[in-house]
Amino acid sequence: MEIYKTASQLRSALESGEVSSEEWVKQLIQRIESLDGEINSHLGLDKESALGQAKAADQRRANGESLGALDGIPISLKNNMAIKGQKLTCGSHILENFESPYDATVVEKLKAAGAVIFGRLNMDEFAMGSSNETSYFGTTRNPWNLERTPGGSSGGSAAAVAAGFCPVSLGSDTGGSIRQPASFCGVYGLKPTYGRISRYGLVAFASSLDQIGPLAREVDDLADVLTAVSGLDPKDSSSYPETVTGGSSELNGEVKPVIGVPKEFFEYPMDEEVLSSVKAAIAYYEKQGCEVREISLPNSHLSVSAYYVIATAEASSNLARFDGIRYTHRSKDAKDLMEVYFKSRGEGFGEEVKRRIILGTFALSSGYHDAYYLKAQKVRTLIREDFSKNFEDGVDLILTPTAPTTAFKIDESIQDPLTMYLNDIFTIPANLAGLPGLSVPCGASSENLPIGFQLIAPHFKEMSLLQAAKLYENGNEAHLVRPPLGN
Amino acid sequence: MSDYEAVIGLEVHVQLKTKSKMFTDAPYYYGAEPNTLTNPVVLGMPGTLPVLNKEAIEKTIQVGLMLGCKIPEVSKWDRKHYFYPDMPKNYQISQYDQPLCEGGAVEIEMLSASRNVMGDHREIALTRIHLEEDVGKLTHTGEMSLVDYNRAGAPLIEIVTEPDIFSPDEAFAFLTALRNNLQFAGMSDCDMEKGQMRCDANVSVRPKGSEKLGTKVELKNLNSISGVRNGLEYEIKRQIHEVKAGGIITQETRRWDADQNMTYVMRTKEEAHDYRYFPCPDLMPIRISEEWKSSLGEALPELPFDRQRRYMEDLKLPYTVTSVLCPNRDLCEFFEAALAVHNNAKGIANILVNNLLSELSEASFGDDQKQLSDLPITPEGLAELIKLVDDAVISNQIAKEVFSEMIQTGKTAGVIVDEKGLKQSSDTGELEGICADMIDANPKAVEQFKAGQEKAINAIKGGVMKATQGKANPKLVDKILREMLS
Amino acid sequence: MANTPDFDIDYVAKLARLDLSVEEKAQFEPQLGKIIEYFQQLGDVDTDHVEPTAHANPIYDVLREDEPQAVFEQNVAIANAPASQAGQVVVPKVIE
Repeated sequence: MEIYKTASQLRSALESGEVSSEEWVKQLIQRIESLDGEINSHLGLDKESALGQAKAADQRRANGESLGALDGIPISLKNNMAIKGQKLTCGSHILENFESPYDATVVEKLKAAGAVIFGRLNMDEFAMGSSNETSYFGTTRNPWNLERTPGGSSGGSAAAVAAGFCPVSLGSDTGGSIRQPASFCGVYGLKPTYGRISRYGLVAFASSLDQIGPLAREVDDLADVLTAVSGLDPKDSSSYPETVTGGSSELNGEVKPVIGVPKEFFEYPMDEEVLSSVKAAIAYYEKQGCEVREISLPNSHLSVSAYYVIATAEASSNLARFDGIRYTHRSKDAKDLMEVYFKSRGEGFGEEVKRRIILGTFALSSGYHDAYYLKAQKVRTLIREDFSKNFEDGVDLILTPTAPTTAFKIDESIQDPLTMYLNDIFTIPANLAGLPGLSVPCGASSENLPIGFQLIAPHFKEMSLLQAAKLYENGNEAHLVRPPLGN
Repeated sequence: MSDYEAVIGLEVHVQLKTKSKMFTDAPYYYGAEPNTLTNPVVLGMPGTLPVLNKEAIEKTIQVGLMLGCKIPEVSKWDRKHYFYPDMPKNYQISQYDQPLCEGGAVEIEMLSASRNVMGDHREIALTRIHLEEDVGKLTHTGEMSLVDYNRAGAPLIEIVTEPDIFSPDEAFAFLTALRNNLQFAGMSDCDMEKGQMRCDANVSVRPKGSEKLGTKVELKNLNSISGVRNGLEYEIKRQIHEVKAGGIITQETRRWDADQNMTYVMRTKEEAHDYRYFPCPDLMPIRISEEWKSSLGEALPELPFDRQRRYMEDLKLPYTVTSVLCPNRDLCEFFEAALAVHNNAKGIANILVNNLLSELSEASFGDDQKQLSDLPITPEGLAELIKLVDDAVISNQIAKEVFSEMIQTGKTAGVIVDEKGLKQSSDTGELEGICADMIDANPKAVEQFKAGQEKAINAIKGGVMKATQGKANPKLVDKILREMLS
Repeated sequence: MANTPDFDIDYVAKLARLDLSVEEKAQFEPQLGKIIEYFQQLGDVDTDHVEPTAHANPIYDVLREDEPQAVFEQNVAIANAPASQAGQVVVPKVIE
């Protein structure tokens, strides 16, 4: 039996009776146990719970009460989304023993759709990193090349899908944390519009930028998961009222969007092979009859600065609650209250998290707030307006590389934070503007490392993104290539 | 001391009366077992998000409208950062630069020396009112502190005055008036013992006539309205003494110790906070339309001082009665309902103020505090009673007895009067006999009355009333006695 | 913002209640200095007439009705606490 199935392939197999959800979940557990030792994409997996949910899905199917597209489909989650009764560590020592007493809204929605809540996936500590190297529980390795990082911060989510440990996963994207690892691991990664999917139960990194999204090996799966988990949530004031409807059944790729290619993005240094792959993708769209226009996003060179000021400022606030008092690690050496704070946080957070807390605290502190935080918010407005202008001028989608490089070597750039930050240059603008972005696999380098391109659409136009991706998928095979894992 | 004056500004925190908390749907009430009014949001668990409580926002806008504040078109929430174990997120969601209410004033009354006439009124200017979340409660024991998060997240408004208060008595009057206003409008119970109202003060002194403010000291732990007055009195004396001795006042925070009757330093300016305010990304700003504002305004009751002036002017009620009646909404509503049935404002108000309140306090004990609605008496029942007096069916004295009986038994005044045979006697023949007996029994009073001491007749009258157990019509008795003695 | 401002790592770490080891401080100071220097590009942008963006998609008036819902049992509320006693979270004595 072919185990490397997408969600829609698995659904057909479940419908035809070729396999049951329970058998399938057992097979996946076996695959994880034999192959994930090296990859380290999982922080945990509640087998009993998963098998129980799969059995229940099989029962529903037998009774003719199937809940729809996702019923019985295992979905793994980045471990910054709360699952009741399971560990919620965010890849951090400080939350090592924290068990969530509640479900995130996405978990509630997935359960309601019949999906099997599967693995808890590795990540950069508190989603702060672009390589999964900041996880307290060890770095995740790229299934395509174990010397390489899978990208980050949703590195576990991308690696697990690429390695065939689950057909679909959820990640979170604050500055590219779904799209960049998707590109590094050769899978699709969608960051929906800010507000499309409830953030309730997603441990906040930077609240005004964070967004949950799916990673998968085909476009249809993204549509089905997005349909299941999007929509208004009374527990999240920033969630948007409208649900995505239709799912994969509405996707046919029969579109001819006007594609804007921002000239500034192609002026940044990037790998030759990345550039040529992305150019080939542009050529493909042109050949399909799409109009391709050169456009300008003149403030994009400011996005890394604006982003790191805003994201770290919000993070310094969001992470204040991890203090050794109510539910986190408390230092054994703390003799008084001040030491509980200083030592628990000093011991509990890793280097990158500390660096960002310091940076964000500085950006908000008295005397610097206006020059950094407020200024960055204003620059954010300019970046947002750059996009709006182009969309108003008739551009349907914007196409860029997802990342300037293919997956880099583990330990290669972790010691130079600024270089690491600058690698996010292509993905950050969509977060600042709240726009949906999608990374599409489009080939591999001579070292057999995947490359992806990024599509960005106007607010709430995820279906346009998916249609355009489908158009590409219909005529290309990059998404079908598997990492060399032996089986 | 007379060559210096104090300048005081108050920061008053008031818990709003809502069923659920400010940013989540956990209930809040006083007195629950520790940590039983929490949920993931209250505890600041990772992944949780706040959502605004509409009722709390409406009540805050109403407080602003009551106090003449400007309500802006848009208001938003910000995060205020400091670490403290009673604050689950280590930031408080508060309002920084766009509060719900700006400006406004609270009308106060400085009690006159005699207490029988209305004192001087003036307005204390407000800076702003904003809406935020309360923190949990710490209990200190031995080497550790215990944290209860029940109160965390309760809706709390902070009312900030201008430095517009010039004596501890004014501060006292301000808090009294504010509490009366908020209680009357149902915004808060303002019970300082339960922490529903808390007050910090900023106080400085300066030579009289000086325009420049002195260095201010922040006073904390002022746990009652009297505590505010006492704490300020001490602190002002301390500062004047210090300045007169050639010393300098340092900007610092001091704690009032009511047991020792003194203030002491909690922290100095060097340890001042850097709160790192920024707009809370999890909460959306709100827009306040004219329609929303006016419908909220229409739902507000008349302010206690306005009502008091109306009762004194239109209903001719005395100041002493209105000053008890008007701050109490239950009493006022009861009063007006009874007045609608029987138009005798004085008669109704007197019995409410003089008798009903003492019945209420007698019926209450400890935590079992009785409300007016707990007593088996209706405005119609009270109106009937006063009408019996006005129709000369019973005397005022009997009326008090009947009133007490009504509260004990729940029976109507008419039934009690009938059952107990309390109708006053206007039987001239019978009364003439009793009057004659009393004249015989009080020769000294008779002699004094005849000698021109008018008041001496009261002793004889008292005897008659006593002999008839209060049922004699006092006017008739007076008439008979005067005839017999002339 | 022509000059790189004074970046007082000790003050900021104290505000953030964060213990930094000697090594961390030695490492962070130049790294963060470099990043803050990079941020100076923001200062060169004219934003005099630009409104700040605080929310990615502007939404207003998201309100909830005042209706109380379920709460945690006491033992659930303190289940993850490092120290507790009689239903309350225990911390070293707080000196006010």
